[in-house]
Amino acid sequence: MLGEQVVARSTTSDGDELEAETAEQRTGALPIVLKGLHKSYGAQHVLDGVDLTVGGGQTVAVLGRSGTGKSVLLKLIVGLQKPDAGSIRIHGEEIPVSNLEAMNEIRKSMGFLFQHAALYDSLTVAENVAFPLRRHRKMTASERGHRVRQLLSSVGMEKDLEKMPSNISGGMQKRVGLARALALDPGILLLDEPTAGLDPITSREIDELILKLQEEREVASIVVTHDLHSAKLIADRIVLLHQGRVVIEGTFEELDSSNDPFVIEFFKRDS
Amino acid sequence: MSHDDVRVPSRWIIEETPQPVSFVQSVLAAIWSPINGFLEWFGELGIFTWRVMRSVENPPFEGRELLRQLDEIGSKSFPLVALAGAAVGAVLALESRYSLVRFGAKSMLPAAVIFSIIHEMGPIVTGLVVSGRVGAGIGAELGSMQVTEQIDAIEASGVNPYKLLAFTRILACVLMLPLLTLAADFCGVAVGWIADTLVDPISFRRFLNSGLHGTTFADFLAPTLRTAVFGLIIGIIACFQGMSSSGGTEGVGRAATSSVVLSSLFVILADVILVKLILVFFP
Repeated sequence: MLGEQVVARSTTSDGDELEAETAEQRTGALPIVLKGLHKSYGAQHVLDGVDLTVGGGQTVAVLGRSGTGKSVLLKLIVGLQKPDAGSIRIHGEEIPVSNLEAMNEIRKSMGFLFQHAALYDSLTVAENVAFPLRRHRKMTASERGHRVRQLLSSVGMEKDLEKMPSNISGGMQKRVGLARALALDPGILLLDEPTAGLDPITSREIDELILKLQEEREVASIVVTHDLHSAKLIADRIVLLHQGRVVIEGTFEELDSSNDPFVIEFFKRDS
Repeated sequence: MSHDDVRVPSRWIIEETPQPVSFVQSVLAAIWSPINGFLEWFGELGIFTWRVMRSVENPPFEGRELLRQLDEIGSKSFPLVALAGAAVGAVLALESRYSLVRFGAKSMLPAAVIFSIIHEMGPIVTGLVVSGRVGAGIGAELGSMQVTEQIDAIEASGVNPYKLLAFTRILACVLMLPLLTLAADFCGVAVGWIADTLVDPISFRRFLNSGLHGTTFADFLAPTLRTAVFGLIIGIIACFQGMSSSGGTEGVGRAATSSVVLSSLFVILADVILVKLILVFFP
């Protein structure tokens, strides 16, 4: 329908307008397009006009100091919070934050890994991963069991199916959280500090797992992290947030060679 | 420039005296602040209830979770409710005997015990016991889920937490409270008879016949169904306090405590109002 409109306009407009429309159409079809996002809590402006675009198969790492609204950004995308102003388009459609049923349909195309995994503590590891499948996929118990084992196997947790979340380590919880986020085969993956609080070896394992998943599935990912090594390894592009705004965006090398004092300050600690 | 910035001899500093206007303002603020807080809480509770009601417009209706909650709230509260009902029955029988014997109305003892239990003691004791056990349980469970982002995780996976977590618990409370009241009533009457028959032997059949003489089904139905309203109050307040908790483990503790305190308080208030209403509709 959108395509038809664009074609119809293109026959009556000049060349510049045609180019603008096709560019807009192209942008609209991207998995994630954020424009002018604002979010405040009382007098505190957490996000102050954030623009961000993530293409299919791309991974964007969002860096920034604590409290700069990185996690809030993810919660806005998944509709857990409402932006004060700005636009969030998922696969070309504005997210319907006030229509819960429609929002839930969009959420099914997203996988979200929470900072502390947020596993349901009354359910076993297998039941946690089966939760989205049970709710949104019509499959028999054996099909679901097979899918759960497959997902847990892909994150190296196939031997811990019946364990409770309280009986596994933080790194293992992150892996299970990742498996749960991937359960519905989402086109978009939102990862909130996937390596925070983990030892370097486990962090590396999680990074490699994310890289492997990127190769296997063409997902658009936003990874919020403080870990520069992790960002360098897994991200195609890096976005640096400061005082609610995007200070700089580019590859790790571009940011590393930037002359911006804040970027230098941010990068020199780990260099 | 303030006194902190420059060292000034203390004799030069004139102590500021409180202004009458600011004093009045502070007193008014002290009075208004809790009222404002209560009105805000009540408004948020109303919005929460509306969201729960809206959540059940469309399927699925979470039958599996409802069954789990019926077991959690109903079956697992049964021993405590039965024990409380039994204790009330025993105390009523012993205390009433003493009073009735003094007034020469010993034969009224079965009626006094049964009528008191069915009309008031059974429903209110069940309401308060359940608000303590279930209110604290729901408040702590949902509060813990809230602060560990489990409720966000449910929402992010495209499931309505108001339906899955709140509606099922509220409905389970509404359905189970009348049944638990029946259990409390039965245990109260049975133990009341035991306490009575230990002093002055009487058969259970005779005790019941004497106690239920002249009572109608309405005497039994209205007080028992009143506890469905208690269930509604306990369910809504406990779910709201749990799902709106914040501030880590301290917040979970606050959610559990406030669930018990507020639901008990509103159960007592509702009891007063409903007793009056029942007397109007079932004179």
